[in-house]
Amino acid sequence: MNVFLKSLFLGVSAASLIAFSASAQQRVLRYNADFDAAPLKAFEALIADFEAANPDIDVQLTNFDHEGYKTAIRNFLTADSPDLANWYAGNRMAPFVKAGQFMDVTDVWEANGLNDQLASSVGSMTIDGKKWGVPYTYYQWGIYYNKDVYKKVGVSEPKNWAEFVANCEKFKASSIDCLTTGTKALWPGAGIFDYINLRTNGYEFHMDLTAGKVAWTDAKVKATFAEWAKIQPYITANHAAIDWQDAAALLVQGKAANYVMGNFAVAVFKEGGMTNDTLGFLQFPEITAGLPRAEEAPTDTIHIPAGAKNVEDAKKFLAYVASAEAQTKLNAALGQLPTNGKSTVGDDPFLKAGFETVSTAKGVAQFFDRDAPAEMAKAGMEGFQEFMVKPENLDAILERLEKVRGKAYN
Amino acid sequence: MAGTAVVSPQRTSSWWKRNQRSLAPWLFLAPGIAMFLLYVMWPIFASIWLSFYDWDGLGAKTWIGLENYVELIDDENFYTSLKNNVIWLVLFMLAVPAGLFMAIFLNQTVTGIRIYKSLFFFPFVISQVVVGLIFSWFYAPGFGLLYQLIEWTTGTGIAFLAEPDYVTYALVAAGLWPQIAYCMILYLTGLNNVSPDQIEAARLDGAKGWKMLWHVILPQLRPATFIAVVVTIIGALRSFDIVSIMTDGGPFGSSRVLSYYMYEQALSEYGYRMGYGAAIAVILFAIMMVFITGFIWKMVGDERGV
Repeated sequence: MNVFLKSLFLGVSAASLIAFSASAQQRVLRYNADFDAAPLKAFEALIADFEAANPDIDVQLTNFDHEGYKTAIRNFLTADSPDLANWYAGNRMAPFVKAGQFMDVTDVWEANGLNDQLASSVGSMTIDGKKWGVPYTYYQWGIYYNKDVYKKVGVSEPKNWAEFVANCEKFKASSIDCLTTGTKALWPGAGIFDYINLRTNGYEFHMDLTAGKVAWTDAKVKATFAEWAKIQPYITANHAAIDWQDAAALLVQGKAANYVMGNFAVAVFKEGGMTNDTLGFLQFPEITAGLPRAEEAPTDTIHIPAGAKNVEDAKKFLAYVASAEAQTKLNAALGQLPTNGKSTVGDDPFLKAGFETVSTAKGVAQFFDRDAPAEMAKAGMEGFQEFMVKPENLDAILERLEKVRGKAYN
Repeated sequence: MAGTAVVSPQRTSSWWKRNQRSLAPWLFLAPGIAMFLLYVMWPIFASIWLSFYDWDGLGAKTWIGLENYVELIDDENFYTSLKNNVIWLVLFMLAVPAGLFMAIFLNQTVTGIRIYKSLFFFPFVISQVVVGLIFSWFYAPGFGLLYQLIEWTTGTGIAFLAEPDYVTYALVAAGLWPQIAYCMILYLTGLNNVSPDQIEAARLDGAKGWKMLWHVILPQLRPATFIAVVVTIIGALRSFDIVSIMTDGGPFGSSRVLSYYMYEQALSEYGYRMGYGAAIAVILFAIMMVFITGFIWKMVGDERGV
């Protein structure tokens, strides 16, 4: 009798619990994002997993066009704030943090042990000693090269800068562009600058320079440009008039040998017909011997706007996105690198190489236009482009950049 | 009692009657004036006011007085843009004579002339964005028609959009294409109104060719010329679409014009300096004001003359 009563009691309470959760209204979590088609699919899967784990939360994703989002976010953060929003790490998020538009999420990091698991991103997510969002993916930059062209010209992978420059002369003799790029949109040129500066002067100096602590007329900056000048004659001549995809076509067609690019370019190379056998990945070669190696890995992030209505569930979502399992699955679908050190990557040779490269780096830069504030970034990238077209203007360029530095960091 | 009741409506109606004639035009103008104040005058004064602030579009505005203008005076990019605006203004005026000669050429009665006319007018119908795209392919290094043509004749191709010294001229050429068509259509309608009597009289007096054009036809085309010059000047100062589509102001800012520089500073990805952008807009407005005042002066003068 006693047992019967107990089971009856349990049954009733279980039934009431089910009834309760079914009748309880789902809490809405509004999420604004800027995914392209493939990442959108990957994220929809992640959201489905999250909703399965938290049946009482309904994530409503509003997806924007990638370029349009950069303008839209400024409007919706002030006018009609969602609970979650995509953005970028480093100095790119500084304007929103300074304007009080993003919420401090340091507690999410502390409660979930993220300081340890996301160790490589701690620097880029911290402003004024607080964390302002959670990174979910990054991708490596480096040199992508055409193996067939290397074979045809008869050169081997360069082990250092001197060998790279020597290779360039051989490519030139076969009228192949040693290094290609397309700077119509300016940013691809900044990748070359970042790497030459990181390899010539090291991570600390590069971060100081992008943070406005060092003058552009500094001798060390000039040293960077002196190294750059060595390969300037071997860069695709009309790079200022072409897009980065056009330059990728030159690499695919064997008209160019090397390309300093982000891993997202692999998809474009492969669409053009390259395979794992013909496309190679190189870490950017060493310039100053013995310098600790730093890499570029721009990080994509999710933030909670200050005007969010459902903060509690938003923090739950951030914790979920930061977790090792979620990042492993998400980045396998994205074809990028998880920021969580406990995650794993699949069999793709470029991802493996990238994970190896970035996770063993002594420092991770975010890319020039994310590390430097907008005004400095724009002027800098224009200067890099000008230098690659007219290296003789170097002094004027550096003076101009120094002038911009004087007003861009207030 | 009855007297006062009659008087008061009489009074009001007589006030209305007395002022009806002077009030009616204002009443009819009111909707237009309201729109003009709201959408033209208010933005002008708001921009001028904004140009004295430092504002990123998100945070608080800080009053900095004339600092934006002081910075502008010391800004190389501003002078590049200004210089390019002058190049645009001067070279864009070629559209007027070019349109005139095309109109004279097409002003004849041949079978199918309407088809030819519409074909010549076609560039003006398509969007500036499309014009920009077509011309960037035309100039494109590697596969562009012009690039290959130059490569074939001289041995080395010229990528006009990558050359800081040529790029603005290449853009003006692209902008001229639709603008010539526009001027042509203005002159074609003008030519319809040229009096045949005067031409016949001139012919009897022995006028031909250039003399006929200069002394007989052109004076009759003055209204068309006036409009063509006005739309061409405005077109040159508004040359934003072509710059944005073809070069984004590049290479390294050498094809910027003021309107594009304003957009870059105020609204583009690396900008959000609303105050500085507004200061550029004010300068652009001042330049336009010179021309606008000139036009209004002339129009008022013409009306008084009639």
